[in-house]
Amino acid sequence: MSHATLLTFIVVCALATFATRVIPFLALSRQAEHPLILHLGRYLPPTVMMILVIYALRDFRPLAEGQLNAGANGWPMILASLVVVLLHLWRRNALVSILGGTGAYMAMVQLGWAP
Amino acid sequence: MSSANAWREAGALTLPVMFGYLPLGAAFGILAVEMGLPVWAALLMSLLIYAGAGQFLAVALLAAGAGLVEMAVATLMLNSRHLFYGLSLLKRFQGAGWRKPYLIFSLTDETYSLLTTLPPERTRDHALAWRIGLLNQGWWVLGSLAGALIGTTLDFDSRGIEFALTALFIVLTLEQARRLRRGLPFAIALATGLGALLLLPDRHLLLGAIGGATLILLGHYRLHRTAPGESHP
Repeated sequence: MSHATLLTFIVVCALATFATRVIPFLALSRQAEHPLILHLGRYLPPTVMMILVIYALRDFRPLAEGQLNAGANGWPMILASLVVVLLHLWRRNALVSILGGTGAYMAMVQLGWAP
Repeated sequence: MSSANAWREAGALTLPVMFGYLPLGAAFGILAVEMGLPVWAALLMSLLIYAGAGQFLAVALLAAGAGLVEMAVATLMLNSRHLFYGLSLLKRFQGAGWRKPYLIFSLTDETYSLLTTLPPERTRDHALAWRIGLLNQGWWVLGSLAGALIGTTLDFDSRGIEFALTALFIVLTLEQARRLRRGLPFAIALATGLGALLLLPDRHLLLGAIGGATLILLGHYRLHRTAPGESHP
């Protein structure tokens, strides 16, 4: 593939990505104070955050297709998530919670441990 | 606050993202080079596109010989969840001045999550948001470059380190719950998230869940507006 073709592909992909980010700001710039926009501004972030958690844990599907199907890293994922939640409720230090959970997960995955 | 302190504060906030972006960026760099792309192309993609899943998709489509239109449509579809992120930041980014274009450009899942979980008194601190955005992209670019240049010769066993992003989302969800103290958003997220998990293929999961949740919030808004006793002028 020529450099020019490759460059065109990258620029098109960059423009398409930026479009999805900028369209609301262009289309609704005058509506920022509208109560509906404020409503979304209040409730959408926590909703999205929780969805991202569910998405990140999607490989764990113990009941998919009616059988035990936790995925290779399913249980370590759930256990490490519990570590994160407990650490965070206990110390409320984001870095401690994240490092603790990630360390636990890496150890389980690399040592090949699963219940 | 001095400039060095301001960067240090932003740096501390983006540390969890660093643990996720460096290895994921490296994975992208390795994949791009293995698929036959030159190093400069991998670097340019992380600089100009800056979308994790979007870049993996772009490399796969390039390798499969996809056309320009196909590439554009696939990218728009995959990243359309960002439309909803903008919706909830319209007011937030008002008055951000020259920083605003970059704030919008750098709106990844992780940056959006960090920005919307900042304490209320910092939500209008556009300089902080800008630093967070720049640092996050810095980690991503650095990871991609390292992956593209030295990826396959790396000896460090980093398997599982990408869990840092999952952990980040969990921590931010707990922080959001502590702040809002209302079950509604989390109930909606559970319903749409698990619904999408059961009904949709992997690639449409996030868009389906976030789009569905936005629709429910629109419905909730209308109910709230028209509920008796809560009349609005």
